[in-house]
Amino acid sequence: METYAIEFEDVWFSYEKSTVLQEVSFSLEQGEFLGIIGPNGGGKTTLLKLMLGILKPDRGRIRILGQAPHDAGHRMGYVPQGTDFNRNFPVSVLDVALMGRMSTSRIGRRYSREDREKVRDVLEKVGMWGYRNRPIGRLSGGQRQRVFIARALATHPEILFLDEPTASVDSEFQTDLYDFLKDLNKEVTIVVISHDIGIISAHMKSIACVNKRLIFHSGAEITQEMLDTAYQCPVDLIAHGLPHRVLHSHQEE
Amino acid sequence: MWEVLQFEFMRNALFAGILVSITCGIIGTLVVVNRIVFISGGIAHAAYGGIGMAFYTGLPPFLGAALFSFAVSMVMGVASLRDKQRVDAIIGVMWAIGMALGIIFIDLTPGYHVDLMSYLFGSILTVVTMDIWFMLSLNMILILIVFVFYKEFLAVSYDEEFSFVVGIPVRTLYFVLLGMIALSVVMIIKIVGIILVIALISIPPYIAEKYTTSLGKMMILSSVLGILFTLAGLWLSYNYDLTSGATIILVAGLGFFVSLASDFIRRPSTESPS
Repeated sequence: METYAIEFEDVWFSYEKSTVLQEVSFSLEQGEFLGIIGPNGGGKTTLLKLMLGILKPDRGRIRILGQAPHDAGHRMGYVPQGTDFNRNFPVSVLDVALMGRMSTSRIGRRYSREDREKVRDVLEKVGMWGYRNRPIGRLSGGQRQRVFIARALATHPEILFLDEPTASVDSEFQTDLYDFLKDLNKEVTIVVISHDIGIISAHMKSIACVNKRLIFHSGAEITQEMLDTAYQCPVDLIAHGLPHRVLHSHQEE
Repeated sequence: MWEVLQFEFMRNALFAGILVSITCGIIGTLVVVNRIVFISGGIAHAAYGGIGMAFYTGLPPFLGAALFSFAVSMVMGVASLRDKQRVDAIIGVMWAIGMALGIIFIDLTPGYHVDLMSYLFGSILTVVTMDIWFMLSLNMILILIVFVFYKEFLAVSYDEEFSFVVGIPVRTLYFVLLGMIALSVVMIIKIVGIILVIALISIPPYIAEKYTTSLGKMMILSSVLGILFTLAGLWLSYNYDLTSGATIILVAGLGFFVSLASDFIRRPSTESPS
């Protein structure tokens, strides 16, 4: 049997005393394209940080490609949210993309010719090679997002994680991005966090809805049952090009 | 103006100014991009506790300062990782306690009382050849560490989480940086004093960041700016008989406002409709 890309077994996590995630269990097969949706503060980003090994669960077990998350670091690519951070930082597009070639075993060594060739490939792939000498802060949101994708791909990942990749970019870029990811998905397992359920349902192979608990659904449709059980995730559904609000009445506790 | 260089103390002051500016350029750049100016200020002030203890126990004051600020920097590092929300309060507390300890230890030391002012505002004109050698070796060590781990420092400063995920020892590098700050601070105290350390660490990199496109170039430009400020300040303080540390900082402060003003003037043209 092939190892799962991601495995969660009864994972719990809390900040201080408030529980953010409870009883999270699911397995994701390799080659999947998973969309994670849920309300703000529902634990989406926490879930991602647990997968990446940045946070450690209070209880339960997490395996990435059969390994503990932090040991699988070189097999994961990570595209962070918020391309607006550190806008004034003096660093070029090329130097950011090269960061994807770092690893524990090569600390203190220069980047090799092979590293530079690999980075050239990925920058060409996202259409940013022509901008390699630009300071990263002078790019548009969508361009920066491409550079971060290139950086994640430069690690040659088996799983690619993207946190809200379409926040603060134009809609044209969104379509391009998901076509690009669809193509990439032929080789790489992809996990995308998004609050935009329209995008998710159109492109993903499976969906998880997280709001403290996690409902995993293999298959790209978002069921009524799923929305209900997931504490009624507030969602905006776009149907036939018309905005159509599907927001279930929310009982405040 | 060259005739002042016939005095050994002026030549030493000149060398010291250049060496300290290079240290500030390198370390200051890392401090500014990592947003740990406040921690650096805390380490500098707490160093006074080390100076006081050294006087009390009879150790050389700068050895005392080095040991003590190194220890304080490590404690601050642990505290800042443990309690990210209240890290500024913890630093503030250690900042104050360090200074108070220094003053009490000097009170308790029998015999003559040290000139507090020379530690608060520096004494570049009393630098001796020994100090120059010490500064030179420290600079070599700092340059070597930053050169070898340049790409790691760059990545951790730019995006800590990403660096952690790909397996860079983020925490170790953070403590190495704090250790380097502690040792640098001791050296900078000699030139501009405890109170003005933050200015020399933060002003040149702050200006340089706006005109550079890489961390390495930012370090070089910061060092050059630091040298200009230090030498100009030294020259003014000699000619007009002013406190050298404070004059150096005021020159740097003038540079800071000139750069702010030039931003203000340039802005309308750079922010053309997009």
